Amino acid sequence: MMDRPEKSRQLLLDAFINPNLLKGLPLEDWELLIRCAGASKLVAALGDKIAVNCPTMLVPEKVLDHFQAAQQLVNYRKQMTTWEMHCLNRALINLDIDIVLLKGAAYIASELPFANGRTLSDIDILVAKENIEEVEKLLSDQGWITASLDEYDDYYYRTWMHEIPPMRHRERYIEVDIHHSILPLTSRLSPDPKTMLSDAVLAKGGARNKVFSPVDMVLHSVVHLFHDAELNLTDFRDLVDLHELFSYFSKQDDKFWEKLDSRAEELSLYEPLYYALYFSKSLLKTSVPAELLINKNRPNFLPRVLMEYLVPLSILPEDPDFMGKKVAFARWLLYVRSHYLRMPMLMLLQHLMKKSQKRFNHV
Amino acid sequence: MKIKDITFKQLVEHSSGSKGLCVSIGPFVVRIRTKEKSFLQTFSMLYQDFEVSEGEFVDFHIDMRRPTNVRRWVNAQIIFWVDGIAPFEPFPLDHAFPLFEWGLNWCIGRSAHQYLMLHSGVVEKYGKAIIFPALPGSGKSTLSSALGLRGWRFLSDEFGLIRANDGLLQPMPRPVPLKNTSIQVIQNFETSAVLGPVYPKTRKGTVSHLQSPTASVEQSNKLVKPAMVIFPRYQEGSETIFEELPAHYAFLKLSTNSFNYEVMGLKGFERVRDMIDSCTCLSLTYSNLDDVIDQLDKRLVNESSHDG
Repeated sequence: MMDRPEKSRQLLLDAFINPNLLKGLPLEDWELLIRCAGASKLVAALGDKIAVNCPTMLVPEKVLDHFQAAQQLVNYRKQMTTWEMHCLNRALINLDIDIVLLKGAAYIASELPFANGRTLSDIDILVAKENIEEVEKLLSDQGWITASLDEYDDYYYRTWMHEIPPMRHRERYIEVDIHHSILPLTSRLSPDPKTMLSDAVLAKGGARNKVFSPVDMVLHSVVHLFHDAELNLTDFRDLVDLHELFSYFSKQDDKFWEKLDSRAEELSLYEPLYYALYFSKSLLKTSVPAELLINKNRPNFLPRVLMEYLVPLSILPEDPDFMGKKVAFARWLLYVRSHYLRMPMLMLLQHLMKKSQKRFNHV
Repeated sequence: MKIKDITFKQLVEHSSGSKGLCVSIGPFVVRIRTKEKSFLQTFSMLYQDFEVSEGEFVDFHIDMRRPTNVRRWVNAQIIFWVDGIAPFEPFPLDHAFPLFEWGLNWCIGRSAHQYLMLHSGVVEKYGKAIIFPALPGSGKSTLSSALGLRGWRFLSDEFGLIRANDGLLQPMPRPVPLKNTSIQVIQNFETSAVLGPVYPKTRKGTVSHLQSPTASVEQSNKLVKPAMVIFPRYQEGSETIFEELPAHYAFLKLSTNSFNYEVMGLKGFERVRDMIDSCTCLSLTYSNLDDVIDQLDKRLVNESSHDG
């Protein structure tokens, strides 16, 4: 028999590889699966996946309750974000600029099938850097407020980050993250946002907003997960997104893989793309063409092997009844990695000094 | 098998083991793991009629544990864990039971959106359910408890669960946290009422929990259609006054009484609309519990004869 920690990972992976594998699952395994999916905020996504792919599958009543409840919450948040987006567009109506929706909001606007069960928490948009001041001013004139940050954080955001401090309308609670770049300006990679912006396309449904072209949408998600995120258990959801995006776009367009490959080359994003392809294939069995994985630009042997070992440990939820130190250590290492990638070493040291100084001052 | 059918020693063994003690509480199965005997004593008394669940799907996995620092022993504290998350600050160890109750409310409130959740007491007699939606302090817990103590079926004191798909009321007859003067009121009203320990200085003042009627707990799986929506208000010295409420006003009052009305979207609207359409909606001002119970009984009998 599989031991419990291993079982929890496999259950969740099976569910997203092919929900038919869940047929005849004993009730206690359903319980474990729902707990793990809950830790990764994937309960509604799982319910949706099963409903779409195996509509005749017998799912225990209690599990259906959990799916229904989670979907209800997802629908509500989706409604709130759609409304927020509508308000944003109205506030910026006189501004003749492109507003590109990112991540969850883009998946919804593009009517991607998996967006139905996907949880989303805030709105991410991208505008050209030269427009950002105007956008911020128009929004703050119309009731949006900037998160209260201290002087250092505000300075840090505005000098080094790829976004301005998050804004929120004072009567609503959906946060709006306004980006002008793909990655922090200090990051070790710097894909040019202008190239991606100019290739953006209008979202479906006659919306005023644009979304990235399929390859850029994928690459943005790739960069976010494998170059900026801490790769802990809340990030497994993003890997599921990638798996769904890869599967969907490669079905829509025969040339998708080629286009993705050359775009990654053009923007020098092959390293994070390698990891996305590798983990999507190895964990979620995405049908990635083999030649993409042996590209000459893939990461070096040592970091690659290390990542291949650490990421699955860290990103997948543990059995909540058997939490281990090994996973905690893997998460810590990847947390350090994310900071290392985010800024040069000297700057990181200064940043951490400043942060710890602040913490001491508060005590 | 009920909680009271197992010995305290077995209860302690179950709940300190890795599989924990699983209990059916209304529609939910809760797994409790703890080594705290004083908590288990209170729990086993107040939940004595609830079913021990075996081999069923567990909805909430709760651990009640002491912190790992010095507060494990000195001025001991207790922490509420659900699925590896501790959403609240630690409580003093001797307030473990109210913490458990509060924590369970939190678990249900944030996740059980297969129900429209009302901040309401619910009781039933003659197959007709009455919903008492009200703000804290209006006396709905006291009123629902008093009805339960007079042989009405008690479904809930502050968690009216309306099943989103069909609008039926799901019972969850948990112990009632009586607050401040309500404790004395209930003790005077019914001397046989069984109350748990008195917890002074909680967020809501002094709290003591009332054991739910055995027959009500035994009917936890019997769903019922709502027949009346009554907005109660205790007013000292007042006569028992019922007033009919116009539908639009009752609609607003009932929808704003729900914890998750917004989250429920269209379904929430439909459930409230159905209730307003099919139920008699009244406001109630009262001070004398016996008189209220008498009049409510008459009204239900009347309702039934209308139906016939």
